[in-house]
Parts: sequence; C-alpha cells; structure tokens
Amino acid sequence: MNYLTRWQPTFGRLTSLRDEIDRLFEVPLAELARGSRLLSGWTPALDIFEDKDNLVVKAELPGMKREDIQVSLHDGSLSISGERKTESKHEDAEVYRAERFVGRFQRTVTLPTPVAGDKVKADYKDGILTITLPKTEEAKPKQIEVNVN
Amino acid sequence: MNTTQTEPRTQQQRAQHEYVAPHVNIFETKDGYVLEAEMPGVNKDGLEVTLEDNELTLVGRRGHDAGQGEPLFRERQLADFRRVFELDPAIDTAKVSARIEQGVLTLTLPKSERVKPRKITVN
Repeated sequence: MNYLTRWQPTFGRLTSLRDEIDRLFEVPLAELARGSRLLSGWTPALDIFEDKDNLVVKAELPGMKREDIQVSLHDGSLSISGERKTESKHEDAEVYRAERFVGRFQRTVTLPTPVAGDKVKADYKDGILTITLPKTEEAKPKQIEVNVN
Repeated sequence: MNTTQTEPRTQQQRAQHEYVAPHVNIFETKDGYVLEAEMPGVNKDGLEVTLEDNELTLVGRRGHDAGQGEPLFRERQLADFRRVFELDPAIDTAKVSARIEQGVLTLTLPKSERVKPRKITVN
C-alpha cells in the first residue's frame, strides 16, 4: 500500500479534469443525458430503420458475450436486455478510469408495423447487435389498382 | 510535459473531422497498464493506433451502414472515434500490443524504459 505515491502526470492524475472538460465539448448533449449513471444506468444507443420488407433495429453493445444478450418479441414490442459482468482478471489492478458501463440494461421498443415473429434474425458483429424483423404480408406497402369507370 | 505542443495539432484535426471520444477503462498492474476502449462498429480495418513520444492516439473509423432503409429513430452517433492519451514514461513502447474484439479495443502497455516512436500492429 502506498502512503506516499510518486507524482505522475499520467492517465488519471492531472489530465483528468482537462479530459472531462474536453468530453463535454466532444460529446453531444443527448449522449451526456442518456449516459448519466445517476439518472438511468446503462441505456445502449439504438437506431431503427424501415424499408419495404423489414424493420431493422441496431443496438450498440460493445464487448458483450452472445449468451449475455437476450432479445424477445412480445405483443408488438421488441425487448433487448442483458448484462455486462465485470471482468475478474482485473480484480487486483488499480483502476485509473472506469467509464465503461457495467451491469444490466434493458430497452423496449414498440414496433410501428406488425412483424413475422418466427422470421426475426439477430446478428452480433463488431459490438453491434442488428435485429432484422420482416414485416407481415399485410403490413407491406401494396399497390392498389384504381378502376376508372 | 508536452501539453502545449499537443494543443495546436488537436484543434487542427478537430476542424477537419468531427470525432467522438470512446469510453475507456484504464487499469494499472505491477507489470503495466491495460486500456480498454469501446468503439462499437469498428473492426481491425478501421482502427489506427499510433504512439509518438509519450502520446498515444486511438482512432476508430466505423463502417458505413448501407441500405437499411429509412431511419425512423436514431440515437447512435455517426462520428468516428478519437482519443489521445499521455503515457507514463515508464511504459516500454516497443512492447505495446493491441487486440480488438466486438468493438472493444484492448491495449496492453508493459512498463519498462522509453524507446523511439512507432506504429502498433493490431492482432
């Protein structure tokens, strides 16, 4: 245990205040509000897209294991949840910075169109979970013929 | 400390390109430092890790999402990642190693005496 630590202008010491202020300018306000642990814990960012055949939901979940992510569909709502556990290999190390979120998260999205639940696909690559939800036949846009009398 | 030298360069780069700083965890053990940076959407091809003097620069370029249809709701940022760190001079820059998995870059920086600036190859 060090009672007198050698003064080192590195990683967490002098530069931390400057880095925090830099972050304030680099990070958009929405992310600051969303990312505040005090207010909401971990809420991974989501994007939702729609084309004529599918709804696509993308969630940012870096550094997760596939088995720690759950995706479920219920009553027209898509739910993504999971847990990031702390890594035991760093237990004996001194922590300078811990900005990465740890713990449970959950996000639920109400889908704007009905989807075929049995055809939903989920892919996890480069830390992004991509869920492709094919629309039901009735939900796809259709051309309606106009009869002129 | 090189803080005054760093400032003009960072501002210039910021003017050219908007970046976002990735979240990091930094640990110190008796053998060295471990740095984990979260860069979802970045893989080995989009990653640039450079080491010069005592300065470590991480840049992660996201792949472009193409052809998914119309966005209904967007929270993810489109900007690439960039963050610069000043390193403890005790780190042996020749032995720094990097690995990226599921959008998380893990850098291992063992302690030893300083060497010349160099680029790091990612496994």
